[in-house]
Amino acid sequence: MPFTLAIWFSLTNQRLISPLATRFVGLDNYTEQLTNDLFWTSLWNNLRFAGFVVPVQTGFALALAVMVNQNIRGRVAFRTIFFTPVTVVIAAAATIWVLLFNINGLVNGLLELVTFGNFAPDWLNSTAWAMTAIIVVSIWQGVGFQMVILLAALQDVPVERYEAAAIDGAGTWQQFRHVTLPGIRNALIFVLTVTTILAMRLFDQPTLMPRSPGGPLDSTRTVMVHMFEIGFGRQAIGRGSAVAVIFFVIVLVLTVIQRLFLREEIAT
Amino acid sequence: MTSSRSQSSRRQSAAPGQSLVGRWLLYAVLTALAVFFLFPLVYMLASSVKPDDQVLANSQSAEAFLPTPFVGLENYGDAIDRAQLPRVFLNSVVISSFIVGLGLIVNSLFGYALSRLRFTGRNILRAAIVALIIIPFESLAVPLLFMGAEVGWLDTYQIQILPFIANPLYIFLFYTFFLSIPVSLEEAARIDGAGPFQIFTRVVMPLAKPAYATVAILGFLFSWGQFLWPSMVTRGVDVRPLPVGIGVFKTTPPVSWGDIMAYTVLMTLPLLVIFVVFQRQFVQGVASSGVKG
Repeated sequence: MPFTLAIWFSLTNQRLISPLATRFVGLDNYTEQLTNDLFWTSLWNNLRFAGFVVPVQTGFALALAVMVNQNIRGRVAFRTIFFTPVTVVIAAAATIWVLLFNINGLVNGLLELVTFGNFAPDWLNSTAWAMTAIIVVSIWQGVGFQMVILLAALQDVPVERYEAAAIDGAGTWQQFRHVTLPGIRNALIFVLTVTTILAMRLFDQPTLMPRSPGGPLDSTRTVMVHMFEIGFGRQAIGRGSAVAVIFFVIVLVLTVIQRLFLREEIAT
Repeated sequence: MTSSRSQSSRRQSAAPGQSLVGRWLLYAVLTALAVFFLFPLVYMLASSVKPDDQVLANSQSAEAFLPTPFVGLENYGDAIDRAQLPRVFLNSVVISSFIVGLGLIVNSLFGYALSRLRFTGRNILRAAIVALIIIPFESLAVPLLFMGAEVGWLDTYQIQILPFIANPLYIFLFYTFFLSIPVSLEEAARIDGAGPFQIFTRVVMPLAKPAYATVAILGFLFSWGQFLWPSMVTRGVDVRPLPVGIGVFKTTPPVSWGDIMAYTVLMTLPLLVIFVVFQRQFVQGVASSGVKG
């Protein structure tokens, strides 16, 4: 029901509080958004974020899962530690990392030590580095979740398959490539899809971390930050709904493409 | 992989060589990663008991991780006053409890009906539930805000609770779990004279404990951290939850990092404690959210 309403509102000039009567405006809200530079900047920032976070975070999660799946002492303790940041809500995680990424903060202290003072950007006030800071927080907070899902899948791969592969003379890497990866295929697709959707929904970090939401100079403005500003900040329900519908279509298309692509990729 | 491994019954993936060197290397990497995941939390705890101006001043030395100079719980007192923390904390507890509690009842009953009752349109309904899973809440937020404003629900608890009770993902998790419970148990109970309500509470619910635990944990993780929606529908401190409440420190200078860190500790602690106590259930809960994907 609210979604139908979103489509309907997106075709009108509905406002939250307005003395003027609501009027049907057809596709005006859509053409306005699609010709609006700010909208494209926001979408580009989302894609930039997703393009990095989705492969890196998934790869990182898989590496963690493989490591804590080894037959070693203390693996449960390590698994628990890697998962702990998941229980730290994003608002808290973002706040701690704002302090860590301060120009005189701990991250720069470490970097100066390693680079002999040659590299110490003002992370969150820099158009070049603010997004990197957001990426670090997102991975720190989220990777444990993916790790646990992949770990469960790893433990479901029958051990006989590894034995058979070993008898055929497969090395560690070949076993990983031909036994592990196909064995956890579904979980991997699930993780990729969920991470992509979450990356498109990015809102909390760019709102809380830079001095102004989406800043500096819109370098971390995402589609959700954009929608929030229009639909809530300016109370333009019609235009905000148009952004919401466009956002939904993008998520849907990305999900479908990913499913089709991965299905073929693994079939070959 | 050679077969001379220990008698562990757990299924393992390929080990990176059996050599001692490989093993120590693995430990080194794991320890480095553990430091990466834990240092921000240690830093947060240490900073929360320092004078405000010492937090940044200390942060480029080893003192960043030590509670020195120590000011006791002063920052906690300040954070509680400035952010009206008891009120905000209570708000979070009320909102999350209702979302999780009512959500467990509604979603499990829905999933149960879907798995047991034969009615026309059942397949369509099931397909609709699966399709709804991928609609992100965010794409509904703006029209919902409008509806909420129309009925005068801005700045209330119910507008922060109602939209999140029924959840297609949780319905689907319950549905698939109930399918795996043999119907014969329920039939036996029926022959013994149990009514539908008794069958559900006495037979089905105890068997479905893992599903309830999963949904409760996922629901709690999600609702405790909510930020976008409460920032849209709350303006004052009266019904505002913890993640939005942190905003007061941003708008009123000077930046008192000690207070802020005390606030984040108090916001993080409940989930952290629950996690440490129930870590098995947490990990299993999250793992099973992915199985049916």
